[in-house]
Amino acid sequence: MAPHSRVARALRRNLVVIAGLGTLAYLLLPNVIVTVFSFNKPNGRFNYAWQRFSTDAWTDPCGVADLCGSLSLSLWIALWATVGATVLGTLIAFALARHRFRGRSSVSTLIFLPMAMPEVVMAASLATLFLNMGVSFGFWTVLIAHITFCLSFVVTAVKARVMSMDPRLEQAAQDLYATPLQTFLKVTLPIAAPGIAAGALLSFALSFDDFIITNFNSGSTVTFPMYVWGSAQRGTPVQINVIGTAMFAVAVLCVLVAQLAGRRRKRS
Amino acid sequence: MTTTDLPPVAPAATPEAARRTRRVPYWLLLPGILWLLVFFVAPLVYQASTSVQTGSLEEGFEVTWHVATYADALSEYYPQFLRSVGYAATATALCLLLGYPLAYLIAFRAGRWRNVLMVLVIAPFFTSFLIRTLAWKTILSDGGPVVAALDALHVLSLTDALGVTEGHRVLATPLAVVCGLTYNFLPFMILPLYTSLERIDGRLHEAAHDLYARPVTAFRKVTLPLSMPGVVAGTLLTFIPATGDYINAELLGSTDQKMIGNVIQSQFLRVLDYPTAAALSFLLMAVILAMVTVYIRKSGTEDVV
Repeated sequence: MAPHSRVARALRRNLVVIAGLGTLAYLLLPNVIVTVFSFNKPNGRFNYAWQRFSTDAWTDPCGVADLCGSLSLSLWIALWATVGATVLGTLIAFALARHRFRGRSSVSTLIFLPMAMPEVVMAASLATLFLNMGVSFGFWTVLIAHITFCLSFVVTAVKARVMSMDPRLEQAAQDLYATPLQTFLKVTLPIAAPGIAAGALLSFALSFDDFIITNFNSGSTVTFPMYVWGSAQRGTPVQINVIGTAMFAVAVLCVLVAQLAGRRRKRS
Repeated sequence: MTTTDLPPVAPAATPEAARRTRRVPYWLLLPGILWLLVFFVAPLVYQASTSVQTGSLEEGFEVTWHVATYADALSEYYPQFLRSVGYAATATALCLLLGYPLAYLIAFRAGRWRNVLMVLVIAPFFTSFLIRTLAWKTILSDGGPVVAALDALHVLSLTDALGVTEGHRVLATPLAVVCGLTYNFLPFMILPLYTSLERIDGRLHEAAHDLYARPVTAFRKVTLPLSMPGVVAGTLLTFIPATGDYINAELLGSTDQKMIGNVIQSQFLRVLDYPTAAALSFLLMAVILAMVTVYIRKSGTEDVV
């Protein structure tokens, strides 16, 4: 019984490791499936069952109508939503992190609410506004909607960074006769930059992948998530998996490069 | 707005400069707050007014203070409300159960693998979540290995009896929808859990050990209480969006699994019954607000949110 109990003890000691890795597998399984099925050649319109290996979709990623158009539209919207939300959000974050003013807590609540509300409520209310105003749904309504929900996330990211910054650095700059503008450009902005970058990245990702708010405010404009949603009814082309896999690979590559660069900088 | 309006740091020297400094935050806030007032607050006001309107698409809608829309909506769609709360609560509990070991593993046991594991937790986000949700159709498909394995282990007979699955299949059953919800919101549970676990001083574990606490006791008395802020934040980040979700129910469920989000979506985009959609939205917010308030009171961590 001795070896058996040793195994049992090892198992018990590593229970949390086994459970944790199990969860990780659950998280990653769909990505594996998406990748594997990007090499599938399905019979019929739906790419849910494995038939046989093929690289057709990879050699012709834009081979289905409207797919690549929707992709570039999503990237375009995400870019402008990021610019808009980052500018507006950074200004608010500086005000909240640096100033005491009347109505500060109401402003904080106003920033917090969009993040705490189920997306479908925000989506429906914004669409109600556009309907009442007689605005026709399309690129602009989607962009406005995306800026609105990304804004709060930028404020949160930038505010956290600015709050953790040592105010004495700016005082030192002023003591050395820097003008307020110089202080801002040479001291404040470089220190706040990682927070602003984090907020911008988050905005881009949220906007690019948004479905619910877009669903209510896009009219007949088809973003990439809208395309995927529609394809669940019409038939899922393998190219969707190709794009999903490629996005995943590019993002993982970016993270790896950033990590390696960071490590090298630390070493030198 | 130009950069010169941005905050000067040292106390201003002259009264004129002091006045200018005092105005700075308002100039900073102006564009963003204006944006939120127009595109976040005004829409909610419009929606509130829409919810008490009556009329039709052809003749137009008019405010008639028809509050009965709320009562009608609730009495017609309370099954979907109950289902939404039930599915979301189950998914949140599963997220906590699955997410805690992984967050714990990354925080205390991963060593030099910590960064790699963190990247792997965030990595799924790099692929559009709709594509990943569709992948569950493949994973849970009727002839697939998951269904075959569950059937061989007689799990499906049990779940069929419990009403969680039906006809020895997983797709288009409550199990599939809850599985999808759990999957989609799991990272929102893991990240706050990890943040609060990582802050715990390792010496506290040693102290517990030195005082002859068994590992289970040390976990119950030291780790778990100190990770409560993460548990509460993760629960809210999972439960709130899961309650309003309609994607998992639409893609992985059948008509018997429709949640309240599905009803709002179809009332708004297909039936074009705007008052009902608006009333349902506010009811959903009220339900969530009530549940969140009770939860925060119970968990006794009011300072977290």
